[in-house]
Amino acid sequence: MLLISCPWCGDRSEEEFSCGGEAHIVRPVTPQDMDDQAWGDYVFMRRNEKGVHFERWRHGNGCGRWFNVARSTVTHEILAIYQVGDDRPEVPE
Amino acid sequence: MANYSIFALGRNALQRHRHWPRVWRSPKPRPSYDAIIVGGGGHGLATAYYLAKQHGMDNIAVLEKGWIGGGNTGRNTTIVRSNYLNPESAAIYDHALNLWQGLSQELNFNVMFSPRGVINLAHDHHEARELRRRIYANQLAGVDAEWVTPTQLRALCPILNLDPGMRYPILGGTLQRRGGVARHDAVAWGYARAADRLGVDIIQNCEVTGMTINDGRVEGVQTSQGEILAPRVGVVAAGHSSVLAAMAGLRLPLESHPLQALVSEPVKPIMPTVVMSNKVHAYMSQSDKGELVIGAGIDGYNSYAQRGSLPVIEETIRAIVELFPITSRLKMMRQWAGIVDVCPDASPIISATPVEGLFFNCGWGTGGFKATPGSGHLFAHTLAKGEAHPINAPFALERFYSGALVAEHGAAAVAH
Repeated sequence: MLLISCPWCGDRSEEEFSCGGEAHIVRPVTPQDMDDQAWGDYVFMRRNEKGVHFERWRHGNGCGRWFNVARSTVTHEILAIYQVGDDRPEVPE
Repeated sequence: MANYSIFALGRNALQRHRHWPRVWRSPKPRPSYDAIIVGGGGHGLATAYYLAKQHGMDNIAVLEKGWIGGGNTGRNTTIVRSNYLNPESAAIYDHALNLWQGLSQELNFNVMFSPRGVINLAHDHHEARELRRRIYANQLAGVDAEWVTPTQLRALCPILNLDPGMRYPILGGTLQRRGGVARHDAVAWGYARAADRLGVDIIQNCEVTGMTINDGRVEGVQTSQGEILAPRVGVVAAGHSSVLAAMAGLRLPLESHPLQALVSEPVKPIMPTVVMSNKVHAYMSQSDKGELVIGAGIDGYNSYAQRGSLPVIEETIRAIVELFPITSRLKMMRQWAGIVDVCPDASPIISATPVEGLFFNCGWGTGGFKATPGSGHLFAHTLAKGEAHPINAPFALERFYSGALVAEHGAAAVAH
């Protein structure tokens, strides 16, 4: 079970949060130029990393705000918590 | 190797069971094969068996990083059914169900397939309408399905709580009589033994660490036991599919999540059928040992750790105790998780890839066990011929680019 530190509310149980999946997937800037291949990649294809996974979380049963988490998908250890829009932080592999 | 039969059992009993032969060999990998299957679970072993049996390919190997059947094959809740909504899904799962029916004979190994019926409950009017729609779709697709009323449910499963005052009262349900359960380990062992007898090399403790790809063609794999060459590689690695795809420079539309299950202490037979409920999210059957086998949901975040979080099983246990009040004082003996590869449309992927000679069979998510024979059969065809069988053609990777998804969230039983 995860103890997640919401940037606004502090340490809370995982039950208060929902995971929004892989972070840093940028919405296409020029959608009119995209073919089916590019759309399929954008909508469906995922890194599904075994190791450090950069992902979005929302404190739904709390402040309701989104933030990003770097977490190991093998040990579940949370390595960094950072703001949406920030670059991927440096984390140990 | 001798066939299993009543006579073999008698003969060995007289010799105090000291002379049973090994069930499969433990060969060293050869430098090259005609085809390699990565993943020695039920689906991979079934693929190897049908490749050898139906396509005459006996120079093949199954590479398994741990021991065969030690992944999701040994971690599921063993439910077999085919009552999916879309015609494409009904075709693929019913293909598997038809193979289940003769599997013990085919493999000369008792997989203990027990068609004791599978019930899906409806707890509100909307769900009842949805389930009736699924019944009609099933009947049109040639899959047996029928509606059962609460009165019929009382006879089919006497321990079910049919009190109309329940928080989520049971309004009825669907019944697929041909569905049921099978012995999960026996499926892996049966396919392994049958494939081994046809000359397939089953290599355990052999982890694939890289792929050799030249000019867009797969030429072999690097493993913990050295490089092994093959012009065709079929990956059947469930939760680790994305890891293997990354070795080939590919991404898949998959996310890996832990799916939990648990079993109770053994009790006398109280549960004659399989009951599933999407609404309160719980399903239960009873194993031949007497344990109640309970399926929970997936954790909401990606994970490769074979353990799930407590809130998920708490929710399931709450639902189980409400549906089956008799279980309220049962002790749970074991709890575990398997890593399932969840696909956005809750349907599998059996497909060629942009890398020539490299094929994937994945995305079975929370419901792969029921499809084991069909999945292996169709993937063997795809690997041998280099193109999809008509049944698995709709399940190619192209669907994520064409938009022709096969949405099965309603029938997949585990919410995700």
